[in-house]
Amino acid sequence: MSAEEPASAREGRAQVRRMLLIGVIVSAIGIAVALAIDWFPTQASVQGEKIDTLWDVLLIASVPIFVLVETVVVYSAIKFRMRPGEELKDGPPIHGNTRLEIIWTAIPAMLLVGLCTYAYVTLTDIEKAPAAQSLPVRVVGEQFTWTFFYKGQDGKDVSSHQLYVPENTPIDFTVESKDVIHDFWVPAFRVKIDAVPGIDTHLRVTTKGAPGAYPVVCAELCGLGHSTMRQTAHVVSKADFDAQLRKLASGAAPAGGGGGGGGATTDAKALFTSDAPPTPCKSCHTLADAGATGTVGPNLDEVVPKLTEADIRSSIQTPNAKITPGYQANIMPDFGQSLSKEQIDALVKYLKEVAGK
Amino acid sequence: MSRVRAPGLVRGGVFFVIGVLFAAGLVILIRELYGYSTFDGGLTTKAQNAILFTSLFAAPMFFLVGLGAFDYWFYYFSGRPTRPEDHSGHGAYSWRDYFRVNTDHKVIGIQYVVTSFFFMLVGGMLAMVVRAELAAPGMQFVDSNTYNGLFSVHASLMIFLFIIPVFAGLANFVLPLMIGAPDMAFPRLNALSYWLLPIAGLMMMASFLAPGGSFATGWTAYSPLSTDVPIGQLFFTIGVQFAGASSIATALNFLVTIVTMRAPGMSFWRMPLLVWANFSTSLLVVIATPFIAASQFFVLFDYALHFNFFNASRFGDVLMYQHVFWFYSHPAVYIMMLPGFGIISEVIAVKARKPIFGYRMMAFSLLAIVLLGFTVWAHHMFVSGMQSWIRIPMMVTTAIIAVPTGIKIFSWLATLWRGVIHLDTPMLFALGFLTMFTLGGISGVMLAMVPLTIHVSDTYFIVAHIHYVLYGGSLFTIYAGVYYWFPKMTGRMYDERLGKLHFWMTFIFFNLTFAPMHLIGVQGMPRRVADYPEQFAGWNLFISLSSFVLGLATLVFVYNIVTSWRGGARAPANPWRGLTLEWQVSSPPPVFNFDRVPTVVGGPYEYGVPGAQHGIFQPPAVARERQPAGGAPAERETET
Repeated sequence: MSAEEPASAREGRAQVRRMLLIGVIVSAIGIAVALAIDWFPTQASVQGEKIDTLWDVLLIASVPIFVLVETVVVYSAIKFRMRPGEELKDGPPIHGNTRLEIIWTAIPAMLLVGLCTYAYVTLTDIEKAPAAQSLPVRVVGEQFTWTFFYKGQDGKDVSSHQLYVPENTPIDFTVESKDVIHDFWVPAFRVKIDAVPGIDTHLRVTTKGAPGAYPVVCAELCGLGHSTMRQTAHVVSKADFDAQLRKLASGAAPAGGGGGGGGATTDAKALFTSDAPPTPCKSCHTLADAGATGTVGPNLDEVVPKLTEADIRSSIQTPNAKITPGYQANIMPDFGQSLSKEQIDALVKYLKEVAGK
Repeated sequence: MSRVRAPGLVRGGVFFVIGVLFAAGLVILIRELYGYSTFDGGLTTKAQNAILFTSLFAAPMFFLVGLGAFDYWFYYFSGRPTRPEDHSGHGAYSWRDYFRVNTDHKVIGIQYVVTSFFFMLVGGMLAMVVRAELAAPGMQFVDSNTYNGLFSVHASLMIFLFIIPVFAGLANFVLPLMIGAPDMAFPRLNALSYWLLPIAGLMMMASFLAPGGSFATGWTAYSPLSTDVPIGQLFFTIGVQFAGASSIATALNFLVTIVTMRAPGMSFWRMPLLVWANFSTSLLVVIATPFIAASQFFVLFDYALHFNFFNASRFGDVLMYQHVFWFYSHPAVYIMMLPGFGIISEVIAVKARKPIFGYRMMAFSLLAIVLLGFTVWAHHMFVSGMQSWIRIPMMVTTAIIAVPTGIKIFSWLATLWRGVIHLDTPMLFALGFLTMFTLGGISGVMLAMVPLTIHVSDTYFIVAHIHYVLYGGSLFTIYAGVYYWFPKMTGRMYDERLGKLHFWMTFIFFNLTFAPMHLIGVQGMPRRVADYPEQFAGWNLFISLSSFVLGLATLVFVYNIVTSWRGGARAPANPWRGLTLEWQVSSPPPVFNFDRVPTVVGGPYEYGVPGAQHGIFQPPAVARERQPAGGAPAERETET
């Protein structure tokens, strides 16, 4: 044993060198591939820039660690595999190596402390109060829709079911919930916060000059209609934002979302299926005429023919007044608050005409 | 008639019915006394729910009494003659002995493993339905309520009825053998722990039959959603109590067994790492599990009795639920991982024919994980709206927990180095575990970084992470353990070719299923949604198709195990040439494990040390202590 020790030690060092070389090459390729992948959705906030950079740093730190483990496993599996005739052979009785153990305790610890420090700096960066005056927006979650409140010019609250924010502006969201826990998330902004009943939570976003429409998503399981709780965030120019606020304040809730409403009469079928807020009927209800197949709420083709017009109206305005057997209360929002009288009239008429046909 | 009176499943069934009637009688009596409406032609809905709720507690307890799980203690309390050394319920001589209260740890181990794999297959089927629904955007096969129920029951079964108990089962079988004990410290408690388990599992499965559907609030059951849903929720709330009681009792049993029943010469530093791992796990279970029991009792009181713990409009505190819940459920992640670390240490040492590299550090790192495991729970709550300062210490502790975990990974790698690697099925799964768990650990460190978590929490990135840790991590170690000890447990060899096929199918399609989830998560797909935007359709279809093949791979495993158990080649006592004590007895072991009490004379992993021995079947007076763990080989011991 002792006679061949130097030879095997030399061979061991050569093996380590060979593996190191393989590891470095594979890590370089791995990092290049990892960075080349298009991970994130469109980025529309200053916070997003910082978080995307953090992600890249984490990838660069992670790939070599993974490659290291992988290389040793694969190399050992090939190189030290039992050959025929070695069935009864044992490996060398190596019990440990204190120096090695100190190294692989200390280096990961330092790496992790470094990453934590960097993450801490990033966190302070994305959450610090901006120099400029920020725009306050109150976000209210309920099953299964979001409502956004702004201060209008005359100091009165202005509400909207679509989120409008001006570009290049710091925004201070205050988030609350009417019923269960929701989570306000705009993937394009890279930030989210839970809407918790009983407390206000806060979120800072500084929009970039990236006008466009981005999804608003509820990220916390909130019940039957959780997956339908999706709305739109519009990042618009400052002038457009002011115009939009005035429009909202004057009470002309646009039926067709950012594109503006249609003609004088409301198209109830469009309202039923439109993705513009409030949450469209189709996401929870089935109605053959509208091509809707939602299953959260009652099938309208089955229940509506049995109802009077007054019943239908009440079921839209205050759904909890009467619940279809087999369904739960407090699932459908009171649309009496978010739809105009004309819109409800049109919906009632439309449903009476087409349901069950 | 005598079958009805004798303890067993028949009497258990009868008592179960009596339990339901008892609950109904109690509820009706109390409602009538208080003047609540009970009858309106039939029973009122409220009365029905109250009876169902009371039955969920009463019927299982009556069933256990009927089964005979408490017979000995009842005899003792009532002053009837008892025999402390009563071995009538010990051992299995026919298949029927597996369907009664049995006090033999080997029988209980097999009961545990088979039962938990049954629930794993059920949970897996639910996952298949989930993936079928997600194969395309929109709703295809199930409605939203059923969908939410599917993933909730899937997660609950996999966590509470598969991973946690299957480790308890494997350890139940091998741990007393490994430390040279004839059984566990409390065999009757052990039997009771097992029988609590099918109750919890069947209760969770039965929730699909509840009015209003199964519990559908995720396995996390966040309040106030969980206190405002149909009665199916209580099947989780109460099911968890039974599963939790089972865990706690087993963990106590392990602790006492390990501390008091080690063979002569088996010092703590000569214990196999599987024993160390279960010692650490049991500490975690005993300290942490009462917290989930508490969290679910809070929900129960809110739900059934309107205590308003979590009702914000009545001064309740919504975030408190999450703190109490995660104070258990984060350590639970280590409860689901540490026993796997133990299994991997056994498999790698034996299959690489080398001593475990840095044995003491391996044991210390387990204890470090136990300690640190209690300091990281709020990293699940980075976006919950809790006090923001808590995030920073939790971020640091979460990252630091990667250090002891890293020590383990690197030590295993060093154990492989220059070994003589037997690349058979248990070893393949051990190596698969090393690579996949590393990936899960890396995404775990990423998730510790608060700013990133603010973007990816509650997305498919989390789904990917948890499955890399619990499937690529825990389940791979479970497969490694089952293949490794299969000869010992059944006395038969498994089919090596089918085992390898199982590994490669699982390894490849596991990655194809879960790796893309990292990407769609970062791109913005939230988890727990039945429907999703068109942009994720391509990847989801790919994931679903891969997951179906992954499901088929599991059937290869089931086929291999069933056919090998029935007709596999007879296993020798020590097919892997292992040194630890369980390999020094026949396969399967004799009813009382050791015909002669073994004496431990050296470390458990002295492979490659000429003439090394771990245990010998001689009294301690004859055996001299010669080989400290990690020490140099001593002179040769001739007697075996």
